[in-house]
Amino acid sequence: MKEDYMNPAEEIVLCTGPDVRVQIGSLALRNPVMTASGTFGYAREFENLVDLERLGAIVVKGISLQPKPGNPPPRVVETACGMLNAIGLENVGVDRFIAGKMKYLRSLTTPVVVNILGDSVEEYGEIARRLDGVEGVAALEVNISCPNVKKGGVAFGTMPEMAARVTEAVREASGLPLIVKLSPNVTDIVLMAKAVEEAGADAVSLINTLIGMAIDPMSRKPRLANVIGGLSGPAIKPVALRMVWQVAQAVALPVIGIGGITTADDAVEFMLAGASAIQVGTANFYDPSAAENIVQGITGYLQQQGEDRLVDIIGTLKTGMA
Amino acid sequence: MSEFQQKCTLLARDCLAPDVVRLTFQAPKIAVTARPGQFVMVRVIDGLDPLLRRPFSIHRSSADGTISLLFKVIGKGTEILAQRCVGDQLDLVGPLGKGFDFSGEQPVCLIGGGMGIAPLLFLAEQLEQSGRETQKDHVLLGARNKDELAPLAEEFSALGYAVQLASDDGSVGHKGFIPDLLDFVLPSVEQVYTCGPHLMMENIVGQCQQAEVSCQVSLETHMACGMGACLGCTVHGKRGLVHVCKQGPVFNADVLAWGEI
Ligand SMILES: Cc1cc2nc3c(=O)[nH]c(=O)nc-3n(C[C@H](O)[C@H](O)[C@H](O)COP(=O)(O)OP(=O)(O)OC[C@H]3O[C@@H](n4cnc5c(N)ncnc54)[C@H](O)[C@@H]3O)c2cc1C
Ligand SMILES: Cc1cc2nc3c(=O)[nH]c(=O)nc-3n(C[C@H](O)[C@H](O)[C@H](O)COP(=O)(O)O)c2cc1C
Ligand code: FES
Repeated sequence: MKEDYMNPAEEIVLCTGPDVRVQIGSLALRNPVMTASGTFGYAREFENLVDLERLGAIVVKGISLQPKPGNPPPRVVETACGMLNAIGLENVGVDRFIAGKMKYLRSLTTPVVVNILGDSVEEYGEIARRLDGVEGVAALEVNISCPNVKKGGVAFGTMPEMAARVTEAVREASGLPLIVKLSPNVTDIVLMAKAVEEAGADAVSLINTLIGMAIDPMSRKPRLANVIGGLSGPAIKPVALRMVWQVAQAVALPVIGIGGITTADDAVEFMLAGASAIQVGTANFYDPSAAENIVQGITGYLQQQGEDRLVDIIGTLKTGMA
Repeated sequence: MSEFQQKCTLLARDCLAPDVVRLTFQAPKIAVTARPGQFVMVRVIDGLDPLLRRPFSIHRSSADGTISLLFKVIGKGTEILAQRCVGDQLDLVGPLGKGFDFSGEQPVCLIGGGMGIAPLLFLAEQLEQSGRETQKDHVLLGARNKDELAPLAEEFSALGYAVQLASDDGSVGHKGFIPDLLDFVLPSVEQVYTCGPHLMMENIVGQCQQAEVSCQVSLETHMACGMGACLGCTVHGKRGLVHVCKQGPVFNADVLAWGEI
C-alpha cells in the first residue's frame, strides 16, 4: 500500500522519466536519437524490427536530382571494428523519392530529414527547391562529401568556399531547417563548420565516412571494386568525437554527432562533447535494435546521474585536472 | 512478410566434416515464417569484431520451432560460429529475402554445389511434404569429397529423391563438375533450382536456357545489412540493378545479366 503515500508530482517523474527532448534550430525532437543517412534505407525496411515511433528523427538515404545506379560490386567490406562502403550514392532520384517513398514516411509521427547530394551547386539548389513544401519533410541534411564534377571532382566539403556556396544555394531554395553534413576528410573541420555557419546553415552534422581502402594480399587486388571507400562503424568513433568536440566549441550552431555510435554510452559521450543530437549509422546493420536501445539507455544514464533534462548535459565535458 | 530479431538458443552442433558444421537453434518466430531459399543474418559474437552479421541460408526449419544452418568454416566469422557451444544464445535476424517459388507440379531438379546444398534440403523437405512423387524429381549434389557429401546425400535419399553425386576428387560419384551430369536430366524436368559456386550456376543457367527449362538460382554477395538498407548487395539484372538481399537471394535466372554479375 506504500504507493498511496506517493506524492503526485513524484509519480509523474517516475512515469515519464527525465526530459530527453532536444532542439535542432527550429526542429524539435522527442529524443536526440536519429538514424544516419544510407544506413536506414527509407525507414520502411526496418518497420518490423524497430518501433519507428520511438526514434527522434529518421534521416533517409541520400537523394540526387536524377536516379543514380551507384558503383559496381563488391561495394562493402568489413574491416577491424568497422566497414568500408563504396555504394556510389545509388538512389531513386528526387522525383521518385517524393512520389514513391514520402507517403509511408508521412504516415509516421517521427520527423523525416531528407539527405541531399549533387554534382554541382545548381543541382543542390534544384533538389532543395523540389523538396520545399513537400508534406512530411521536416528538414534537409546536405551531404557535401560528394565530388564537384565541374571542379574536377574535388569534394565540396573539402573547400570552405565551395561548402559555403552549396549551403547558400540550398538556403535560398528552401525554407526548411538546413543541416549541413561535414566531411572528416579535411585538414581543419572547424574551418568548414564556420564557413557553412556563415553561409546560413541551421545546424551541422558530423562526421561522414573517412576515406579508406582494403587490399586482398592473395589476389593483390583491392577489396572494393571502386578501390577506395568510406570507413564507418566503431573504428571511427574517437575521430568523430574529437571533431564534434572541436566544432561544438567553435560555432554557435547545434551540432549533431555521428560516428560509430552503438550504445547509449557512446551517444552520451558525443553529447558531453557538445552534440545536441546524435545519429546511429552502421550499428543499424549489426544491431537493428541499437537506436531504440540507445533512447532507453540515455534515460537510464540521466536517472543514474540525477539529471532531469538531457539538454543540461550537452557540452558539459570536464576538461582540465580539477 | 515479416522478419524478427531474436536471441536464439543453440540446441545442437554437429560436425559433418572437419570444417562443415550444422547448427540447430531454438528460433520459434523465424521457424514458423521461414520459406525455402530465405536466409538469416547471424551475429556470431556480441562484441564489435567481427562487426557485421553473417548471412546463412535456412537449411532446415521445423514445426517444433527450430531452424538449422549448414556452413563451411572459411574465415573469421565462420570460425567463431563453429566454436559456439550448445546452450549459447545468438542474435539472429530473419527470415530474410525472397525464397524459391515451388508451386508447380512437374518434375524438378535440385542442384547444389558445396554449401549451396544448404537451402536445397529445406526445399526438398517442403516439396516432399506437398505430397508430390519425389521419385520423378532429381537431386544433383557436388562437393570436394565423400566426407562432405555422404551425410547430406543420405538426407535427400531418405525423402525419396533420386540423388546423383559428383566430387572433385572422385571419392564418391562422378569425378568432376556437377553440370556434366545435367545433360541426362534436363529432358525430363520442367524446373531447375540451383545454389552453389557462381561458375557452376552460370554453366547450369546456360544449359537450362538451351533446353528451355526454367531455372531459379540463389545468389551470394557480400551483405552488410540483409534488409535492403545498405545497398551493398547489388548485382546487375537485365533491367538495371537488383538487390540480392531483398529481391533475392533467389532469382529467376532470366532476370540476371550473367556476363556482368
Ligand atoms: C544469402 C546468403 C546465404 C548464404 N548461405 C550460406 C550457407 O548456407 N552456408 C555457408 O557456408 N555459407 C553461406 N553463405 C556464405 C557465408 O555468408 C560466408 O561464408 C560467410 O559470411 C563468411 O564469413 P567469414 O567471416 O567466415 O569469412 P571472411 O572472409 O572473414 O568474411 C569477411 C566478410 O566477407 C563476407 N563474405 C565472405 N565470403 C562471403 C560469401 N561467400 N558470401 C557472402 N559474404 C561473404 C563476410 O560476411 C564478411 O562480411 C551465404 C551467403 C549469402 C549472401
Ligand atoms: C552503406 C552506407 C551508406 C551511406 N550513405 C550515405 C548517404 O547517402 N549520405 C550521407 O550523407 N551519408 C551516408 N553514409 C554515412 C553515414 O550516414 C554516417 O555519416 C557514417 O557512416 C558514420 O557513422 P557510423 O559510423 O555510425 O556509420 C553512409 C554510410 C554507410 C555505411
Ligand atoms: S545487404 Fe544491405 S541492402 Fe542488401
